[in-house]
Amino acid sequence: MQHTQEKWGRPRDDVYGPYDASYLNSEPRTQTLQPTVTGTSVIGMKFNNGVVIAADNLASYGSLRRFIDQERLIKVGSETVVGVGGDVSDLQTIEEIMEGLEISESYDEPAQSLTAPNIHSYLQRIMYKRRSKLDPLWNALVIGGFKNDEPYLAFIDLLGTTYTAPAVASGFGSYLAIPILRKLVDREGDQQNVSKEQAVDAIKEAMKVLFYRDGRALDKYSLAILSKKDGKPDVEILKDVRVENQNWSMAKQIKGFGTQDE
Amino acid sequence: MTSIGTGYDLSNSVFSPDGRVFQVEYAGKAVENGSTSIGIRCKDGIVLAVEKITVSKLLKLGANKRIQTVDKHVGVVYSGMNPDGRHIVTRSREEARHWRDQFREQMPIPTLAANVASYVQLYTVYNSVRPFGVNTIIGGVDDEGSHLYMIDPSGKSWGYRGAASGRGRQTVNNELEKLDFDKLTAAEAVKEAARILYVAHEDNKDKDFELEISWVTEANGRVHEFVPESLLAEAKIYAEEQLDADVEG
Repeated sequence: MQHTQEKWGRPRDDVYGPYDASYLNSEPRTQTLQPTVTGTSVIGMKFNNGVVIAADNLASYGSLRRFIDQERLIKVGSETVVGVGGDVSDLQTIEEIMEGLEISESYDEPAQSLTAPNIHSYLQRIMYKRRSKLDPLWNALVIGGFKNDEPYLAFIDLLGTTYTAPAVASGFGSYLAIPILRKLVDREGDQQNVSKEQAVDAIKEAMKVLFYRDGRALDKYSLAILSKKDGKPDVEILKDVRVENQNWSMAKQIKGFGTQDE
Repeated sequence: MTSIGTGYDLSNSVFSPDGRVFQVEYAGKAVENGSTSIGIRCKDGIVLAVEKITVSKLLKLGANKRIQTVDKHVGVVYSGMNPDGRHIVTRSREEARHWRDQFREQMPIPTLAANVASYVQLYTVYNSVRPFGVNTIIGGVDDEGSHLYMIDPSGKSWGYRGAASGRGRQTVNNELEKLDFDKLTAAEAVKEAARILYVAHEDNKDKDFELEISWVTEANGRVHEFVPESLLAEAKIYAEEQLDADVEG
C-alpha cells in the first residue's frame, strides 16, 4: 500500500521504474535573445541650470513604423526623468519598477525625495543583475536630474555599463547627436557656459539630424527640460514636439536604391 | 460590562453561553481608549485626521506619523494599539503591492478593505492569537470614486461617509452628523476635521496634542498625502476660532 496520496493512481515505481521527466528539461532554457518592438535613440545634455532630454515617439517593429505615439520619457519622483531606448516591453517593465520604487519611498517618514543619482544607481543594479542572469532588459537608459543642485546626467546600457557625462546619447544618437552636443559641452564643466535656450536648440538640431539619417526615427518627439527655479527643481515635459524646417531637397540627389531611372 | 467572562474570556475560539467572544470585545475596549481618529468622505475625495496626544515632551514634533500611505491612492489611520496598527498598515501595503504585481493596476479600495478585514477576522477565530487592538480607517480615491471604510477588531468592515474611532468618537460622530457630505469639498472637510478634533479634545484638555491631516482628492491627482502646511495652519486657526465662538455662545 502506498501511503502518500501523490502516488495513488500512478504507475508503481517498483514495476515500471521511476517516472522519466527528462523530456521536460531537454531544451536549454532561453531568454530574450533579441528585442522586438523597439525605440531608437535617446539624447540628453546639461546646461548651466539643468538638463535637457529628448526621445522620439516611435516604437518600431523591426523596420516597420508600428506605433507612432510611444512615450519614452518617464518622470520618476519629483525631479528626475528617465529616457528609454530599446525594447518597449522592457521599457514598460522599467516603468512598473519605477512606480513600485516611488510607492515604497513614499512609505518613509519623513518623506525622502528620490534624486537622479538614487535612481541611476538603482537602475544600474537592476540592469547588471538582469544581464548576470543572462536575461537582460534590452534597453539603453538616459537619466537626467540633479545632484546637490548641480545638473546630473547619466547613461546605462543593457549590460549595466554606466557613465555620467555632460552630453549622452544612445543608439544612433551616439554617432549622430553626440558630435553636435559636444560642440557646446565637450567636457564636464562646459555646461556652465551654456544657457537653457542653447541646450534646447542643440537638442532640437540633433533630433532633426537623427530624423534625417536614422531610418528608425520619427519627427515627433518628447522634450524634457529640467531646471532649477529659485533653488527648486522644475520639470517640464513637452510632448508632440515636431522637427521644424525640414528640407528634403537633397533627397533627389540620393542614388543607389529605390525606384530610379538610372 | 454586563457579564464578565466567567472563564469564557480566556479564548478566541470559544463562545460564551450567551453567544459572545469576549477577547474580541476586550480588543474593542483597547480601541475605545485610543486617540481619536476621523475619516470624511466628501464631494471630491477623502480626508483622514488624527489627534495625536503628546505623551512626552521629549518626542520630536512631527515624527512618528500616525497616518500612513498604503498605495499612491490610499491612506490609513487607526485608533488603539499603535504597533497593531502598524502591522495592519504593512499588511495593507502587501495587499496593494500584490494587486499591482498581478493586475498592473491600482487596487480597488473596496477590495483592499475587504481583504484587510478578512485578515483581521482571522485573528478572532484561533486560540493561538489575539485580535488586533485597533480600529482601522481606510480611505482613498480610485476609478470608481472615493471610498472610506472602517475595520474593527472583529473584522467587520463597513463603508462610511464619516467615520470616527477612539476616545472622542461619540463627540465626533455628533459633529459629523451635522455635515452635508454631498456638498462638502475636501478643503472644507480638512477645516471641519480640525474643528471636530478640537471639540473632541475638550474632554481631554489637560493633555497637549498634535494634529495630523491627510487627503486624497481628484484635484491633487488622487494621491494620498499630508495636506499642505498652509492649509493645516488655516484649519487650526479656523478650529480655534470656532471653539472660542462656541465657548462664548
